Order: sequence, then C-alpha cells, then structure tokens
Amino acid sequence: MNAPVLSRQIPKPLVALRGISKQFSNGTLAVRNVNLDIPAGEFLSLLGPSGCGKSTLLRMLAGLGAPSAGTIEWPTMDYDASGQPMRDLGFVFQDPTLMPWATALKNVMMPLTLKNVSKAEAEERSVEALKMVGLAGFEKAYPRELSGGMKMRVSIARAIVTRPKILLMDEPFAALDEITRHKLNNDLLELWSAGGFTAVFVTHSVFESVYLSQRIVVMAARPGRIMADISVDAPYPRNEQFRTSADYAAWCRVASEKLKEAIGS
Amino acid sequence: MSATDTLQTSTPQRDGTDAADLPVFATEKTVLGVGVSTWPKIIAPMIVGILALAGWEFAVWWNKVPHFVLPGPLLIGQTLITDWGTLSGSLWITLKITFAALIAAVTVGVALAILFTQSKWLELSLFPYAVILQVTPVVAIAPLIIIWVGDINTSLLICAWLVAFFPILSNTIMGLNSADHNLRNLFEMYGATRWQTLRYLRLPAALPYFLSGLKISGGLALIGAVVAEFVAGSGGTASGLAYRILESGYQLRIPRMFAALVMVSVTGIAIFLATSWVSHMLLRRWHESAVKREN
Ligand SMILES: Nc1ncnc2c1ncn2[C@@H]1O[C@H](COP(=O)(O)OP(=O)(O)O)[C@@H](O)[C@H]1O
Ligand SMILES: [Mg+2]
Repeated sequence: MNAPVLSRQIPKPLVALRGISKQFSNGTLAVRNVNLDIPAGEFLSLLGPSGCGKSTLLRMLAGLGAPSAGTIEWPTMDYDASGQPMRDLGFVFQDPTLMPWATALKNVMMPLTLKNVSKAEAEERSVEALKMVGLAGFEKAYPRELSGGMKMRVSIARAIVTRPKILLMDEPFAALDEITRHKLNNDLLELWSAGGFTAVFVTHSVFESVYLSQRIVVMAARPGRIMADISVDAPYPRNEQFRTSADYAAWCRVASEKLKEAIGS
Repeated sequence: MSATDTLQTSTPQRDGTDAADLPVFATEKTVLGVGVSTWPKIIAPMIVGILALAGWEFAVWWNKVPHFVLPGPLLIGQTLITDWGTLSGSLWITLKITFAALIAAVTVGVALAILFTQSKWLELSLFPYAVILQVTPVVAIAPLIIIWVGDINTSLLICAWLVAFFPILSNTIMGLNSADHNLRNLFEMYGATRWQTLRYLRLPAALPYFLSGLKISGGLALIGAVVAEFVAGSGGTASGLAYRILESGYQLRIPRMFAALVMVSVTGIAIFLATSWVSHMLLRRWHESAVKREN
C-alpha cells in the first residue's frame, strides 16, 4: 500500500488539484505542491497533525483564498462568465457556526435564501434536511437552546440542504465528546450512503479517518504536503461492529504508521 | 487519540444529541404579568424610595425648613397637580425635541454606519469629523447653532441630535463588523451579494450593539434637549422643562422648580425603561445579554 493509489483509471475526477501551493503574506508556506484527484462519490479523509495545512487546503477547495501556485479544476462543474467554477458544495466548520438570532430552520434555509429559492420550497427542503440529521421537531429552536451535538447536526443539515455534489468538513466533530462523535460518525456515513455526494473529511484522528473513509490522504507539516495515500478497502455499511473488528484495528495500525512517518520526516 | 476509542463496545441509547432530548429552557411563573424573579427588582428600590421620601418629609417638617429653601415631597406632589397645565405643556415640548432628536440620531447614525462599513475610504475620511462633533461640548456650540439656525426649536433639536447620535454610530459600526468570520466565509461561498450579506448577516449581528447604543442615546437626547434649552434660555410660548426650571428659580417658586425637575427625571427613567424593554424583547430568544441563565 506504499504506492499512491492515483493509478485507478477514473476518467473525470470531481475535482483535480494540480501542483497546489499556498504561501501566506507573512511568508508561511502552508501547502507545497499538492497533487490530488478526488473521484465523484468518494469518502476521503485528510489526516495529519495540527498545522499541516489541512484547513488551508480545504478552504482553497471551497474557493476561500486562491492558491499561490497550481490550479484546482472541477471538470464536471459549470464555469461562470468570469471563468470561476460554480462550485456546488457544502461546508462544515469545526464550530457549528450558526446564526444565533435565527432558528434552526432559518439557519438551514439560509443557503437556499441566498440562492433565491422561493420561501415555500426553501422551507420544505430545510424541514426535510433537519429530518435527515435527526432533528425533526426542532425547527423553531434557537442555537443556544441546543446541545453541542445538535448544533453540529444543524450545521450539517445546512451544508446538505442544497444537495451539493461535494461536502467539505473541517474537523467537524473534534470538539464533541466521544460518544456523541461516534453517533455523528455513524449518521454521517448513513447520509453519505444515501446522499450520493463526495465527502472530504479533515481530521487529526486516525480512528475517525479509518472508520469513515474509503481513502486516507496523510499530510505532513512545515511545509504542508501529501505523504501517503491509503485506500481502506473495508466494506460499507460500517457500524459499531466494524469499530471493534480486527480488520479495523489493522487499518488503524497502517494509518498510524504512515502518520508517524509523516510526523517523523 | 485515546485507547478507549477502540475499546468502545456499545453506544448508550441516549447521548444528549438525540432529537428526543428536550432543549433546556423553561417558562417562568408570572404574577400580574411580571415574572416572579422580576418582582424583587421592583419592590426593593420602591421600599428604599418610600423610606427616603418619608425621611425627607419628616426632616422638612421637624426642622421647619421654609418652602423656598427645600419643599417636602408632599408639597412638590401638590405643585405637580396644581401647575400641571403649565408643566405638561413644557413636558410635551421637551419630549417632542427629545424624540425627534433620537429618531434623527438613529436614522443618521445607522445610515452612516452602513455607509462606513461598505466603504473603507468613506469611513477613513469622515469618521474623524464624527469624533470632533462628539467631543465638542454641546454647551459650547449651542449659542452658535442658535445664532445660525434662528429658529429655537430647530436649534434645540440639532443640539440634542449632536449629543445623541455618536453612540449609535460607533456601536452600530462595531456591530456590523462583529459578524462571525466563518459565517462571512459561508456567505461568500454561497455567492451572497453585498445586500444579502448586509440584510441577513451584518444587520442582525449589529442589532445587540445598536440597541446598547440606543439605550445610551435615549438618555443623551434628553440631556441634550435640556442643556441646550438652558443655554438658549428661551421664553415665550414654546418653552420646555429646562426653561420652567430657570423661570421658577428666578421667581423663587422652588416647589415648582422641584416639580419640573421630577418631571425631567421621570422622563429620563421612562426613556431608559422603554429602550431597555425594546432591547429585551428583540434579544430575549437568542442573545446572551437578554437570556435568563439557568445553571
Ligand atoms: N491566514 C493565515 N496567515 C498566515 N499563516 C497561516 C494562516 N492560516 C494558517 N496559517 C499557517 O499555515 C499553516 C497551516 O495551517 P492550517 O491549514 O490551519 O493547518 P491545519 O488545519 O492542518 O491545522 C500553519 O502553520 C498556520 O500557522
Ligand atoms: Mg485546521
């Protein structure tokens, strides 16, 4: 599993990163020469120690901050008049990042409101999205009335309400307790199996990345770069049984080793 | 990464993120429409006030203090009733100036704040002048304004506005800039227009800041109206409470002077309560400042 698994012959990836580097104005080289193809429908984790440029890379995918060098191509997406890709994506931050003045429903509706979807349709789809994340009946609750895990669910509902082609998540469950995190991991996998979106999941937890993903891209810091590309060939659906299986432990060992190498280098 | 991650064998049924878990907030019992916990806030200062007034009345009576030095609260109350015709006219004038100034302060303050946050250059070039207007004492420029404007009511309005508008301006600017960084990123990702970002993100985020500016400005508008009238010392038909105080002083009608003073204070308190109430109603569901803590 040492060789990068870029050799799979998939004609058109959903997104192709070509020689991406990012240097901030203060001189920090956060990302150096990253090449990565993400096929449509894949569940991919970006695994690496803190400060290795995972967030920076994810934000560039989302169109926040252009790369200093290299290109990000979306072969299957439309481009607007100015040559900008019309990225069809959802984003989940580490914090729920909800608008405190708006109810759960209004928060979930916001992406649709911004896209000028009619109020009736936006409401219907948002109620549906809240139901999908297990928050039916909480439409009228304000963020402060919800627990940390519930707020994160609202945040996920907001990200999937536009039915995006790709869901970008930046350590979304890192601040949650372990029990809640496991539950949200399971629910996320369920959404992914049902939803038909591509998932890019940033994490610093080996266990989380193995449990969730088909493919783990291991990154190292200073400068941020890709060190390994592991495909986790365990079948879905994955559940609590998988979490305790020998298979899972073996994959965790593989990923841990790669991560150790990455940190050591 | 803890070892327990791999030892986890079963997930408890309820983990606090279940939809079945009700959110933690409860409605409070009310007596006469006022929350149980609010009553002490009303009763405690009331008892202190009644005791103080009783002490004052007793001291005036016991020491036989003449009315033109210090009238007792009963006499002031009596004067309030007998002179109500004159005093209420003056109160009405002061109120009109105060509220007109406050409305102008809100309009201009919010409009300028929005302009400033849309264009860095506008803010850079104009904000210093807003500060100059704010730091110049209104008593010092009131005579000038009265000479230039001519009409006394308009002059008083301008003075009161000058005093009141700055807190609204600076608070609203701060509020508009306080919107969460990642929420702004999210709006950018969804291709929100400037107007959408203002309407759905920056204005709501600014609301608590604006309201705390409004609370300050409400009191300042009244102070501005009264101070400017003192400077103007106007007489004639359109005379507010400040003029009544001056006039009663000259005529040694001290009980009436106190009565007018009481009216100014009560007006100030009423404005404070009204703006606090508006603020509470607008923020009570979501903002930490207005939410009842339950832990
Ligand atoms: N806006 C910024 N300006 C300067 N340096 C930054 C900025 N954002 C991140 N960095 C730096 O870039 C590196 C990668 O950061 P980040 O992508 O947040 O890492 P990760 O998400 O993997 O923890 C870090 O060294 C960080 O200090
Ligand atoms: Mg990060």
